[in-house]
Formats: sequence, structure tokens, C-alpha cells
Amino acid sequence: MIDRLTEHRGLDSFDIRYVALILAILGIGVMSIYSVTRGQQGGAAPYYLKQLIWIGLGAAAFIIMWASDYHQLARFAYPAYVFILLMLVFVLFDGRTSKGAQRWIALGPFSFQPSEFAKLILVLVLAHYYSKAPRVGWLQRVIIPGLLVLPGLLLILKQPDLGSGLSFVAVYAAMLLMVGIRSQALGFILLFSIMLFPFAWEGVWGSLHDYQRQRIMAFVDPEYDPGGKGYHALQSKIAIGSGELLGKGLYGGTQSQLKFLPEGHTDFVFAVFAEEWGFLGVVVLLTLFVALIWLSLEIASKAKDQLGALLAVGIVAMLCFCIVVNIGMTAGMFPIVGIPLPLVSYGGSATIMTMAALGLLLNVKRKRLSLFY
Amino acid sequence: MVTVHSSESEFGDLHRRLFILRVGLLLVVVLLGLRLWHLQIREGPYYRDLSENNRTRLVLLEPARGLIYDRHGVLLANNVPSFSLYVTLEDVKDREALIQQLTDLLGLDPTIVRKKMTAKGSNLLPRKIKDHMTLRDATLVESHRLDMPGVMIQVESQRNYPGGVTAAHLLGYVGEISADQLEKPEFIDLHQGSIVGQYGVEKSYDRHVRGMAGQKSVEVDALGHEKKASVVERPQAGNDLYLTIDVRLQKLAEDLLGQEQGAIVALDPNSGDILAMASRPGFDPNMLSRELTAKQWVEIVQDEGRPLNNRASQGQYPPGSTFKIPMAVAALETKTMLPSSTVYCNGGYQFGKRLYHDWKASGHGYVNLHNALVHSCDVYFYTIGQRMGIDVIAEFGKDFGLGKVTGVELPSERSGIMPSTAWKQKAKNEQWLPGETISAAIGQGYVTVTPLQMASLVGTVANDGINYRPRLVLAVMDRTSGNLQELPAVPRGKMNAKPETFRIIKDALADVVTKGTATKAKSSMVTIGGKTGTAQVAALRTGPEESIPKKFRDHAWFVAFAPVESPKIAVAVLAEHMGHGGATAAPLAKEIIETYLKLTSQAPVVTSDLPSVNGLGRSSKDS
Repeated sequence: MIDRLTEHRGLDSFDIRYVALILAILGIGVMSIYSVTRGQQGGAAPYYLKQLIWIGLGAAAFIIMWASDYHQLARFAYPAYVFILLMLVFVLFDGRTSKGAQRWIALGPFSFQPSEFAKLILVLVLAHYYSKAPRVGWLQRVIIPGLLVLPGLLLILKQPDLGSGLSFVAVYAAMLLMVGIRSQALGFILLFSIMLFPFAWEGVWGSLHDYQRQRIMAFVDPEYDPGGKGYHALQSKIAIGSGELLGKGLYGGTQSQLKFLPEGHTDFVFAVFAEEWGFLGVVVLLTLFVALIWLSLEIASKAKDQLGALLAVGIVAMLCFCIVVNIGMTAGMFPIVGIPLPLVSYGGSATIMTMAALGLLLNVKRKRLSLFY
Repeated sequence: MVTVHSSESEFGDLHRRLFILRVGLLLVVVLLGLRLWHLQIREGPYYRDLSENNRTRLVLLEPARGLIYDRHGVLLANNVPSFSLYVTLEDVKDREALIQQLTDLLGLDPTIVRKKMTAKGSNLLPRKIKDHMTLRDATLVESHRLDMPGVMIQVESQRNYPGGVTAAHLLGYVGEISADQLEKPEFIDLHQGSIVGQYGVEKSYDRHVRGMAGQKSVEVDALGHEKKASVVERPQAGNDLYLTIDVRLQKLAEDLLGQEQGAIVALDPNSGDILAMASRPGFDPNMLSRELTAKQWVEIVQDEGRPLNNRASQGQYPPGSTFKIPMAVAALETKTMLPSSTVYCNGGYQFGKRLYHDWKASGHGYVNLHNALVHSCDVYFYTIGQRMGIDVIAEFGKDFGLGKVTGVELPSERSGIMPSTAWKQKAKNEQWLPGETISAAIGQGYVTVTPLQMASLVGTVANDGINYRPRLVLAVMDRTSGNLQELPAVPRGKMNAKPETFRIIKDALADVVTKGTATKAKSSMVTIGGKTGTAQVAALRTGPEESIPKKFRDHAWFVAFAPVESPKIAVAVLAEHMGHGGATAAPLAKEIIETYLKLTSQAPVVTSDLPSVNGLGRSSKDS
């Protein structure tokens, strides 16, 4: 008994491989941010320095989440959700506007983006909901959780933040898949979605800003208006493609250094990296991501209970979605929707939230006995 | 128990589903990897190229317009260097701030600058904001260039007309292409800021003279500052034009008109070459080829003398008695009159209730065709007009090219009117009245002509019915190959009339000058045939000419050719509000004719060093 206690307590859950992967990816991010923003005014401090501060705060969040008890956290899921919903409402009325979207709440010199944190809270909410009691029947499995997702989703789309909105949908879909939706039900949902698609499309399309619609149109044919709405997509593809096999070297990316690629330190940081380090660098970064996800799925599969497993799956789904969509959009596979690349893109809210989520994942690995709850 | 079981089975299921998730994840990563491989390895070189080009801006190099010479190689239009200001919007961070900077620096109108910046076009290509800058302004911009990324000064050539107002209506002027012009297919290769001909030969021969723009590749840094430039494609200068005019004769024609309003056209009846075509008042094409202020433009457009109007090809006037020439041809050809037949003129012609006056109230007595022309007897022509009817008159008039454009290579030529019953039905939806034929017979009423048409008409008579299209461009010199291509004279046709008819008419026209209404054109040097005309401006006139306000005075016409035996020149003079043609217009024609014959009898004066030009000057005489 004692053996088991010591075996399962404390640092035994702290997986050094896991942390090393995270640090490696963060390092790539800081390096790329430094490369693209050096010599550029980033406010009070240079971007890379501020990013280091965010990473420091993220590390604290990581440790807190790892050290706490996810069952306790799950209990606060609903109140936290209500709180974040209120924040989202507040953002709509009194948020800071940047590049046509109202997403930020100003906190003194800093600003933070509630929609980023809402993603993690949603994972908690859904995991908590599904783990509480057996959910049978499509009402309990699909409709009720769907209704839980809806207010947050609508508020985020209203900002508008299409990227975060889509991650909400991704998390919900991943959870549904995990709790084991029967194939008939899945078929039914698919059919229903297809039938609903025109209405939903109209709703979504109608609520989009002009620039978003134009971006989606430009996605279909970026070369059509290279100086206009297809500019981001085309410049990003040029940056990535011109990196070729070995890249142009650090600070050698003409696309990003000469500012042809906008937002090189945030949403398009992957293109900066790909231009400077080429296909080989890209393979390394993708391998790091895959390894991180692999370890996370490992944690999910070894979770002691369903709540843990669901939390892990939700977080993995959220990360995967962001990684795939971000790289996909910079590489011209998807329309540009404004999603940062986890751990790489510059940004306080996203960095802190992602690191907190990873801390929570590691928390799930702590194989505590029910005795201690 | 049941719930636990279900929960556990669900939990067990999770592992299976996680497996699916892993497979799916790997699949997606492989897809991403493939996409990146495609972009970076397969299409890498392509994107590498694009990224190189991204750092460079292509700047258009404006071509030098072709030069324009007169028939002896005297320079009429050339180019002088000037500075232009360009802005590449892609490199401009704050447009309004830049507009402010530029207007402060150069005193430009901010609304015009803003309009040019927001006009349709690529943000990656430099736009022309201002041309014809002074050296001082250009230097000022250069010294501030570091504060104004995207701003660039280019040295370009600017059209210059060394002769100033001389031949302005023929040469025309150039100007920046308009938004409407840009839409047209013939300007497909052009772009905002391109200079195109807007009037005269500059416009009608723009395609030849324009040249082709070249390209310069400019490497820019992040702030849009030029770092390195290299020429990708040299601009191709436009072709040179040799006009048919003799600038000495042109200048004389313009000087003869002086401050009066009017036009003089002189052409070679054997080829249709326009030797001089003057229209007064004139304008300075140098001024119009630069950017005008709104005020300057309004002044020109609202000038009562309408200086932009080329009276020679666009002014439409009643031909007055000069119309008696085609009338006489018609009468002989239709056998309405024999040369010996006479009409009695008692000073008026009664038709219905109305009496049509002759200009000579006492009458001319018995007149035959010869005397009717020599003394310009109105009653004679009333009579034959009435006998032939308007449609026969119109047929002959049209044979002489009246009522239609001559096809000279000038924009906006007007056709004048050669009325007929069908014309009136169509234009006014009214029937032709017999009395109107009587007015038409002496070149009044609905008949209108341009001076160019009348010069062509008298040239056709001089040339025994053979008519050439009046032409203004003698040759085009290809700048790239150096080939001088002479443009052939274009015959428009031969009138179906007996040589005898033209002999009779020419005899009469020669007597007009020696003993008729145009004795003021009599020359001791050469035999001249001609016909005076007075185009009525106001219907009712009382008292002597001098008592009438000038704007109601009649226009004076004189058309002539010389030498009568073998005509080398045909002239039409139209002086607005100058009264009788014999008094005011005839001496001008005489001066033109004498000067031209003197000029052609001596070796051509050549001011250009181009060897081909010597031959050119003679060639039209030889052919």
C-alpha cells in the first residue's frame, strides 16, 4: 500500500520527455518571432521578450494545472463557463478592437483574449458533463451538450473569431466521437447537418465580415487578386515554397524580413519558419508536434477514469485542430481563418492557455488513488 | 450494476476509438507533409522565383514619342527631358500623411493627388502623380525621399513644339490618357499616366508615334526604398512622321490670317498633299500638353474665338458663290445649258410671290455660263438651279465630295451638308420646297462646306476631275529599322465629266481673276483661276458693310488654283466676317500661290541632317 502510494505520488507523473518537447517547440517559436520582428518596434519591449514573459506565465499556469486535481477543476467547470461567457459578452460591448475584430479585454498595459481561455473551459465543461452520469440516447449525448456549446460558439462568432469558433466545434465533435456515438446516430447527425447546411451557411456567411468573405473567395483563387484579398494566402505560399529543402537560413527569409508577409509573428509564423528552415525544418517541427500529440494520446489512453480520458482527448483535439488548420491555411490548403499555431505564434492568451492545457494533460497522468479524493 | 457495466464498456470503447484517432491524426499529418513537400520541393524553385520578384518592383519606362517634321525635314515636334513624380502605393504606409507631405512640399492640389492615388490600378505598380516638374521640385522631393517611402522621381521626355502656335491644329497636342480612353481596346497596352495624342496628327497617328514602354526592375527594401535598379526592357521610341506641309507656307498662311478668324487650306491637286492648313485663332500646344489648371482650361474652352476648333476641317460655312463652280459643271454635264446659251439678268429672279435679288441690283443683262461665272451672276444660277432641281445639284455636289468628310487624317472632321429632297426628309422630316433650290443654287440655305472640302473641290476642277484624298502625312520613319515608308497618294476617283467641261470652267475661273470679281488676286507672276464667294451670316442686311456689327458681317471666300495651264496648287481661303471674298480673301490666296511657286522653284531648304529627307522633299514633285 505504501509502495503504491509513493509510486503514484508527486513527481512520478512529471514526464521529462513531454516537457522537453514543449520547450523545444516554444524555442522554435521564440526564435522565429525574434527573426521576423527584430528591428521592429513592438511597443514597450521587443516581441520575443514579451513572448518569453508569456512563456514564463504559461509555465506557472502549467505547474498549477499539473499540481492541482482535475476532479476539483471539473467541479468548477460550469461556474467557470458562465464566467467566461460573461467575459465574452463584455468583450462585445467594451472590448479592444484590432484588425476589425473585437476580441480583447484590456488589463492595464496588457490585453487578454477570453475566447482562447473559453476553449479550455469548454473542454472541462464537456468532459465534466459526459463523465458525470451515463449518457444514453441522442438527446443526452448530442443535443444537451450541443446546447452547452452553443452560447459560447455564438458569442465567439459574433466577435468575429471564426478560428476559435471552429475550434469549439472541433472539441465538441471529438468529444462526441469519444463518448461513442452509435453509427446510426452519427449517420443521423451527418444527414441532419447536410440538411441544415444551407441555412447554417447562410447564417455563417451572412454574419461574416466582408474581409472574411473575400478571404474565403480569395482562397478559391488567390492569384486572381494578388495585391488584394488573396495577398496573405499568396505571400504565405511564396514564403513557404521559396524555403525549398534547406531554407534561406535564420534572418534570410526575404518574404518575412522585407515585410511582404504580414502578421509574420502571429498567425503566419509557420511560414516564417518554413522560409528560413526549409522542408527539413518543417519536418522537424511537425515531428515534434506529432510526438507531443502522441504522448498526449498515450496519457488519454492510460487515464484512470473517464473524466481524465475525456479531458485529455478534448485537449488533444483542440491542439490538433489548431496545428492542422494553422499549417493548412499558411500552406494554402484552407481559407485563412485566423488561428495561432500553438506554442509557436506570438500571443499571451494563446500561449498561457495552451501551456495550462498541457499542464492539465500531465495532471491526468497522475495516477492517484480514489482514496485521496 | 447495469450503469457501471455500460460505463465500463464505454470506457473500454475509448481505447478503440483512440486508436482510430491516432490513425486519423497520422493521416492528416502525412497530408500536411505532402502538401509542404509539394510547395517546398516540387514547386520550390517556382516560389523561389516569385519571392525574388517580390523584392522587386517593375517600373515602366515611358518611350520617347516619335518626332514630327514638315515635308522638308523641319522639326515640328520633339521631346525634352522632364521630371515626373511616381508613387507605389504598396510601399506607402499612411496615404493621407503622404498626400499632406506632397502638397506641403510641392504646393499640389490635395484632391487631385488623392484622386490619382485612389484611381483604379495595381498598388504594386508606380502611379504617376505629377509630371513636368521643375528641377527644383524634383530635387526637393529627392531630398525628402527617405521620409516618403514609395515615392520616386523619374526622368521622362516631354513633348515640345518648337514652333509654338505654328501648325498647332495639325499637330494637335498630347496629354495623359483619360479613364475613358483606358477602357478602349486600342489603348490596351497603356496604363494610368501614359501620354497619348489628344488632338491633331498626334491623335490620329498616335499608334505610330507613341512607341512602346520599357520596364525597369527596381529592388526595394522593406520600407519601399529603391536599392538597385536594372533595365529589363528598353523602351522603344515611336516612329517619326513627315507631314506634307511646308512649314514656311504654313506660317505664311497663319500670318496672313493674323488676328482674324478663318482658315486657309493649300493643297497639291496632283497628290492631295496638304501644303498648308491654317486655322485662326490658334493655341499653343506646349501649354495644352502640360497639365492645365482648371481655370486655364475653362479659359480656352470658353474663348469666343474657339481656338481649339480647326476651322479648316471642322468649320462648316455656306459656300456662297464658290458653289457656282459645281453648279456650272452640273449645268454643262446635264446639258441644262450650252456654253453659248444665255439668260437675261435684270437684277432679280421672280419665283412665286418672291423676288430673289442678284448681288448687282442693276442686273448683268444677257449672260452666258462664262460671264455668269466671271461676274458671279446670281440670276443665271437661280435659273439653272431651278431647271435642274435640287437632287441633280446634290448629285454633282456629292461627286465633288461635298456633304461628306474628305478622310483627312485629322480627328473630328466635319462633313458639311449637301442637301437633297431625301436629306431634308430624313433630317427635318419635311418636304423640299422649290424656293429652297434657288437659295442652294448660289451656295446659301442648307448648303454648308468646310474650307478643306472647297480646296479639294477646286483642286479636282484644276486636275480635270481627278480627285485625291487630302493627306497630311507623307511618310513614316520606323525608328527600329530606320526604314522610311512613304505613304501613297490615295485617289478618291475621277468625276464622270467631259474634259471640255473642265476646260470651259477653268477658262472662266481664269477670267474671274483677270477681269471678274477677283482682280485683287491677279498675279504678274503666274496665271491664277479662282472664284469668290460671300457667305451670308445674317439674312437681312441694310446699309454699307462698315455700319454692320462685325459678328453679323458676311464670311469672305476665295478658292483658287495655279498655274491655270498645269495646276500645282489649289487654295481655299475663308475669312470670317470679312465681307466680300474678292476684296479680302483673294489677295491672301494670291500671296500663298506666289510664295509656294517661288519656294518650289528653288532647291528645298533642308534643316535636318537626315539624308532621306532631301529625296523626300523632291519626291512628291517628281511623282
